[in-house]
Amino acid sequence: MNIMMLLEMANSVFADRVAFTNSDDGASITYQELFDSSGKAALTAQTSGSSHFAILDVNSLAMPVGLFGSAWAGLPFVPLNYRLTGSEIDALLARITPAYLVTQEDRATTYSDRSDITVVTRKQFLSQLIPVSEQADPWSMDPDDVAVLLFTSGTTGEPKAAVLRQKHMVSYILGSVEFASATEDEAALVCVPPYHIAGITAVLSSVYSGRRVVQLANFTADAWVELARSERITTAFVVPTMLARIVDSLEGQSSADMPHLASLSYGGGKMPLSVLERAMELFPETDFTNAYGLTETSSTISILGPEEHREAMTSDDFYVRRRLVSVGVPLPGVEIEIRDPDGKPLPADDSGEIYVRGEQVSGEYRGLGSLTDDEGWFPTRDRGYTDTEGYLFLEGRLDDVIVRGGENLSPGEIEDVLLQHEAVADVAVVGIPDEQWGEAVAAVIVLKQGKQATEDELQNWVKGEMRSSRVPQVINFKDELPYTATGKLLRREIRSELLGT
Amino acid sequence: MQLKTGARLKSTVCDAEVMVITAPDASAALTCGGAPMADAASDTEKGAIDEAHKLGVQIGKRYIDAAAKVEVLCIKPGEGSLALDGDTLLLKDTKKLPKSD
Repeated sequence: MNIMMLLEMANSVFADRVAFTNSDDGASITYQELFDSSGKAALTAQTSGSSHFAILDVNSLAMPVGLFGSAWAGLPFVPLNYRLTGSEIDALLARITPAYLVTQEDRATTYSDRSDITVVTRKQFLSQLIPVSEQADPWSMDPDDVAVLLFTSGTTGEPKAAVLRQKHMVSYILGSVEFASATEDEAALVCVPPYHIAGITAVLSSVYSGRRVVQLANFTADAWVELARSERITTAFVVPTMLARIVDSLEGQSSADMPHLASLSYGGGKMPLSVLERAMELFPETDFTNAYGLTETSSTISILGPEEHREAMTSDDFYVRRRLVSVGVPLPGVEIEIRDPDGKPLPADDSGEIYVRGEQVSGEYRGLGSLTDDEGWFPTRDRGYTDTEGYLFLEGRLDDVIVRGGENLSPGEIEDVLLQHEAVADVAVVGIPDEQWGEAVAAVIVLKQGKQATEDELQNWVKGEMRSSRVPQVINFKDELPYTATGKLLRREIRSELLGT
Repeated sequence: MQLKTGARLKSTVCDAEVMVITAPDASAALTCGGAPMADAASDTEKGAIDEAHKLGVQIGKRYIDAAAKVEVLCIKPGEGSLALDGDTLLLKDTKKLPKSD
């Protein structure tokens, strides 16, 4: 098994189709060109004697060439977060040397003197300045070869290196994408960076289905809207913070005016219900899909599909309507179980840790081995529950659970209630140390423009909806909350700020 | 032969190639067009196709046996049909999913 198989198959059917377009410079690459360039990239990287293929850059044509080229070469593909500081990047590079590194012009000089790094600029890499006269050997079909090494954001310590093997990536694509199912006029807009698992799987899904990818290197809502219209985008994936900005930028319009956009999927964080409802109004013809997954599971493991979105939106039944904030049901071939702290499976509606099992699930970190148990179950460290129909509801990270007087409180549940208040645009609920209770509930609120609400009013709002233990003891107001570029809420930062540290 | 997960095999009578997704535990004979399949990298002479095994295989489709002991993905189309120990493999039903990334 090798992801190169996916490209080889697509190339055998769509050789002359455009595979990728970079919106920055308008450069495009066909399937045949992508296949040939990957072979050259493989040989070049192999010749350098490197053990890893790293890319430190925004999205560009070098991303798919690098991803497939490293699979051809049998080297792990390591996309690095270009938003990290120089010393953070150095620390990650030290873990993957000798490395072949593709990066931006201005960064390349930083590494040009290193003997353990073969550095090339994106431009050099794409024009293949290194002479290649021979063909690369056929790629390995060993399912256990490492395809991708992804460093986690490391919000709770040193970044971990998640290991995704060829079998995980190939299984995910075969299980979720129909080969050659896209027509020539289909195009996907990819605005997540290469170092995000969704940025990688978007490449693979699109290639296997034969869909053209339009890359947006630096996301802004205006650029996204303009590209979606000018490139007649038919499908796109966004993280919640991106959708919130897109919706904001369309403020005052009754429709997004994107009749070509057949499907819009979202995931990677909690989607505020108000944003989703507004988006569904603005994109009435578009199919919405909520995808839940982790890096360690090769992306999506459960989805709430378009029909379920529409049904939930228009239903009067509380339980059906509630599904709009669920992440749907597992993909075929993926099993999900909710377990208590002792590892015992829990019945429907009981909260606990989410466990997942399936061919696409890796659950492995370099140096730590696989965290899956003997039966293949991976503990996600996410907290949630399933309803009686099997719909999965997320309640946040286990580490974020607030323990107040021996009672486990889910920040997500309290956030949901606060978000329903008409003046609240965004909210984060965290636990802060408390002498009497061990931990106390604190909330940081972003108010909607032109709307007002006092601390008292919001406390009473929660009291009207939930048990009194859930009422935030402290409520602060801010202009915005801290998020990573890929839409993850930085709770640790919020907590530190609240504690004045 | 003992099939291995991930292995790339070719037909010895037509253009078909497959990748093994699930390998049976025990040794088994995987044939295409009535003749045993061979490692894709090996040199083999093309033989004649068995007319009784000429239903064809389609690229991108997955094939399984009735007991689901074996599953293969067709990566190059061909005229021959696939069989495990003489039983013709069936086209696997796949559910169409919404696009998620």
